[in-house]
Amino acid sequence: MSARRPLPRWADVALLPVLNLVLALIVFSIFVLLIGQNPLQALAIMINGAFGYGEGVGFTLHFATSFVFTGLCVAVAAHAGLFNIGGEGQAYVASLGAIAVGFLMDHTVWWLVLPVAILASMAVGAAWAFIPGYLQAKRGSHVVITTIMFNFIASSLMAYLLVYVLKPVGVQEPSTANVVAAGKIPQLRQFFPWFGGAPLNMTIIFAILALIGVYILIWRTKFGYALRTLGHSPSASLYAGISNSRMIIIVMMISGALAGMVAVNEVLGVQSRIVIDVTAGYGFVGIAVALMGRNHPIGIALAAVLFGALYQGGLDLQFYMPAITRDMIVVIQALVIMFTGAMEGLLRPGLESAFMLYSPRQKADAVARETVGTES
Amino acid sequence: MSQPHSSSNAEQRPSKGGAVSDLAIELRGINKSFGPVRANRDIDLKVRRGTIHGIVGENGAGKSTLMSILYGFYTADSGEILVNGQPAHITDSRHALQLGIGMVHQHFMLVDNFSILENVILGAEDNALLASSLSKARKELKRLSDEYGLSVDPDAIVQDVSVGQQQRVEILKALYRGADTLILDEPTGVLTPEEADDLFRVLNVLRDQGKTVILITHKLREIMAITDFVSVMRQGQMVATMPTKDTSPEKLAELMVGRRVLLRVEKGSAHPGKPLLEVKNLVVADDLKVVRVKDVSFSVRAGEIVGIAGVAGNGQSELLESIAGMRDQLSGDVVLNGHVLSLEGDDGAHRARLAGLAHVPEDRQTEGLVVQFEEWENNILGYQHDPAYGRGLLDIAAARRQAEERMHKFDVRPANPRLKTANFSGGNQQKIVLAREMEQDPSVLIVGQPTRGVDIGAIEFIHNQIIKMRDAGKAILLVSVELDEIRSLSDRILVMFDGKIVGEADPATATEGELGLMMAGIGADGHAARSGAGAGPAHAVGGDQP
Repeated sequence: MSARRPLPRWADVALLPVLNLVLALIVFSIFVLLIGQNPLQALAIMINGAFGYGEGVGFTLHFATSFVFTGLCVAVAAHAGLFNIGGEGQAYVASLGAIAVGFLMDHTVWWLVLPVAILASMAVGAAWAFIPGYLQAKRGSHVVITTIMFNFIASSLMAYLLVYVLKPVGVQEPSTANVVAAGKIPQLRQFFPWFGGAPLNMTIIFAILALIGVYILIWRTKFGYALRTLGHSPSASLYAGISNSRMIIIVMMISGALAGMVAVNEVLGVQSRIVIDVTAGYGFVGIAVALMGRNHPIGIALAAVLFGALYQGGLDLQFYMPAITRDMIVVIQALVIMFTGAMEGLLRPGLESAFMLYSPRQKADAVARETVGTES
Repeated sequence: MSQPHSSSNAEQRPSKGGAVSDLAIELRGINKSFGPVRANRDIDLKVRRGTIHGIVGENGAGKSTLMSILYGFYTADSGEILVNGQPAHITDSRHALQLGIGMVHQHFMLVDNFSILENVILGAEDNALLASSLSKARKELKRLSDEYGLSVDPDAIVQDVSVGQQQRVEILKALYRGADTLILDEPTGVLTPEEADDLFRVLNVLRDQGKTVILITHKLREIMAITDFVSVMRQGQMVATMPTKDTSPEKLAELMVGRRVLLRVEKGSAHPGKPLLEVKNLVVADDLKVVRVKDVSFSVRAGEIVGIAGVAGNGQSELLESIAGMRDQLSGDVVLNGHVLSLEGDDGAHRARLAGLAHVPEDRQTEGLVVQFEEWENNILGYQHDPAYGRGLLDIAAARRQAEERMHKFDVRPANPRLKTANFSGGNQQKIVLAREMEQDPSVLIVGQPTRGVDIGAIEFIHNQIIKMRDAGKAILLVSVELDEIRSLSDRILVMFDGKIVGEADPATATEGELGLMMAGIGADGHAARSGAGAGPAHAVGGDQP
C-alpha cells in the first residue's frame, strides 16, 4: 500500500522535464565516450551552437517556430482527449495551401501574402484532419490509427503530386517551381543582420500569436470549456449537452490547422517551393514537445526552443566534431524524445517518494485522501 | 424480515473445547495513523464466536480501515489482534484466510464466464490437474450448501445467475477456504428486499452453526433486524458497542453523527397540479443495443414526487438518461409542459435543459461533475451557454462569484470555488450538483440516486431540498435503489422491473413486502406487467395523502 501524492506543480512542470533531459544527456554522453570523444566538449559545442551566436540563435528559433505549431497541434487535441499523431501529414498537405497562395499572390506584397498563406495552410491542414475527425466522431474509427495512416497517405499523395503534377518541365528534382517575389516570406536577418544566414522569418510572429490564441481558446472561452469537459469526461460532456461528435470534428480541424502553419514557415519561409518531405518530421517531434510542455502554451514554447536548440546544436556538433556523425545526432534527438516524451513518467514515482520523505505532512494528506476514497 | 436474534442465544452456546476463548476476534488498542490523520484510535472490539456483529459508521469513520487491518491489507501502528484468543500478526489476506477470516466484498470478485464451481476453487486448486480438484470441490460444495442452506447450481455460469446467487458464491468461496469468521461489507446494496431476506436467513444459519459474522453496513434497519451486537464508529474511534436489543435506530444514528438526526423525512401533503412531465410509450436501448426500457408511460405532476423503485439494472438508468436527453429513444415521446422534447443527437441534454428540465444524474463522479475541474467550473456544467457566464469568452469572475454564493446556500464545505472538485467529499460533491440543478429554477427535476455514498448528515439536507422543490410546485422524478428513500420521499411509487412499470403504489399504504414482490417481477394482484403503466393524472392514486 503506497499512497502517492501528485508532485508540486513546479516540480511537475520544471524539475521533472529537466531531470529527464539530464538523463537523456547522460545516456548520450556514454555513447560519445564509446566512440572516444569528450562528452563535455560535445555538450559545449551543442550549447554554443544553439545559443552562442546570432546565426545559431536564428536557426534555433526557426526550428522552434515549427515545433510550436506542431506542439500546439498535439496539445489542443490532447485537451479534448484526442491523440492527434497526424500533425506531420497535416503540415505536409497544408504546404499545398501555402504554395498556392505564394504563386497566386507572388506579384503582390509579402504582408498580404503572409496572412493569406497562413489562412490557406490552416484551411488545408484542417481539411486533412477533418477526415480522421469525422471518422472518429461518426464511425468510431480511432483517431490514433487513422491519423497514423493519414500520414502515409499524405506522404504518398505529396510524392505523387510532386513527381507527376507539380514538377516543372525540365527539372530533375521532384519539387514545385519557386516563388520568387512577394511569395517569399521576409527573413528576420534582413532587419537584424545578427542572425547571419539563419532562415528565421516572419512566421515566428504567428507562432507567438498561436501560443496566446491557444491559451485563450482553451482556458478563457466557452468553447475551450466544452473542449476540456470532453477531454476529462466524455460522459460528463454528454450530460452537459455538449455534442461530442461535433466537438471531436471541430477540435481535430483546429489541431490540423495549427499543424498546417508549419507549411508557411518551411515552404514560403525557407525553401520557396515544396520539396519532398519539406516538413522534415516536425509533426512527430511535436508530440514530444507537447508532452514535455504539459500541453500548456508556456511549456510548449520552452520545449519548442529546447528541441530547436537540439536540432541546431546537433548540426554544429556534426560540423565541429566530425567523429560524431549525422546518425549520432539523430541518436541524441531520439534519446531526448524518448526520455522527455515516451518515458516521461520514468522518474515520477521516485520523485514523488522523495517529495513525501521531504514533507511528511504531504504524505499524510495523500494517505488520508486515499483511505477516504476507498472507504465505502 | 427476520426477527432480531436474541443475544442470549449466542451466550448459551457452549464454547468448543472449553479452554478456547469465546471471542472469535478481539482487537486491543488498535491505532492506525496516516500522518496526522488518525484513521483508527485505540480501538477495542470484541466479537463473540457464533454471533452476528454489526459495525456502523459514516463514510470516513474508519470501518474500512479497521476491517482492512483485520483482513491483512494494512498493519496496525500499535495494538493487538487476537484470533480465537491467540495473538496474531496478520500480514496479508492469505494469512487472514489461514486464520479462518474470510471477506465478502461489496463488489464481487468473480469471473463472470466461469461456472460457480470453477469460481469457488479459483486460487484454491489442489494441484495442476483441474479434474481431481473439481470433483473434490463438487462434493465439498454440496456439503457446504446443505449445511448452511446455500443452494446453488455448481455448473451454472456466474453471469447467468442472479446477484443474490452471486453473493452466495462469494460466501461459499470463503467457507470453502475454511473461514470461521465472515466479514461482509455492505452486502445488501445490490439485492432486492427478497434477496436480502434470503441473505439474512443464510447468515442466521451460519451463526447457528457456530460461524461468526461481522456485518458492515450503513442501513440501520438491517443492523436492528439481524445483528446480535452492534458497534458504532465515529471519526476513527469506537464510540459504543452494545447488544442490538438495547438500542434503536435513532440512538445509533445519533452515535454515528454525534448529534440528533432526523431519520424520518418530514413533509407535508402534496398538492399536485397539472402534469409537467409526461412520458409516453418510451422504448430505450442501452449501449449494447439491448432494449432496456420497454414501452413505459407515466406522468409527473407539478408539486409531486414520483419515485421509481426497482432493483438496480431494471432499466431505471436508461429511463432517466433518455428523459434527460443523454440517450436516444427508439420510440415514444417525452413531453415537458405540453411540448414534445426533441432529444435525438448527442446534444439532446442541452435541449432538455432549455425546455426547463434539470437533472441530478445517478453517477455524479463521471456524469454530474468533472472531478478534475475546479468547483466553479462544475457550477456551470450543462449551463455553459448561459449568457450570465459571458458571451464566447467565459466570464470567470461571474461564474466564481455565483459558485461561491451557491456553496454558502447549500452548505458545501469548504466553500472555496477554486478547490479541485475531486477533493470534496461525496456528500459535498452531491450538494454541488444539487445546487447547480435546483438553482436553475426548472419546472421538472429528475434525480437519480440522490444520496448514494453520502453521509447521514448530508442525506437529511438533500432530502429536505428535494421536498422544498416539490413544495415550490416542481415536478420531481426520483430514481433510487434505496427503497427506504423512495418510500419516505415519494408521493407516488412506480415499480420498475425488466424495463416495464409493473405496478404503482401509495407509499402511505404499500408495505415493503408488496413493493418487494413487484420489484421481483411478481405483480401484487397477480398481473405481472403493465398493471400500473397507464399514463395520465386519471390513474394517479394516493398522491394527496401524506
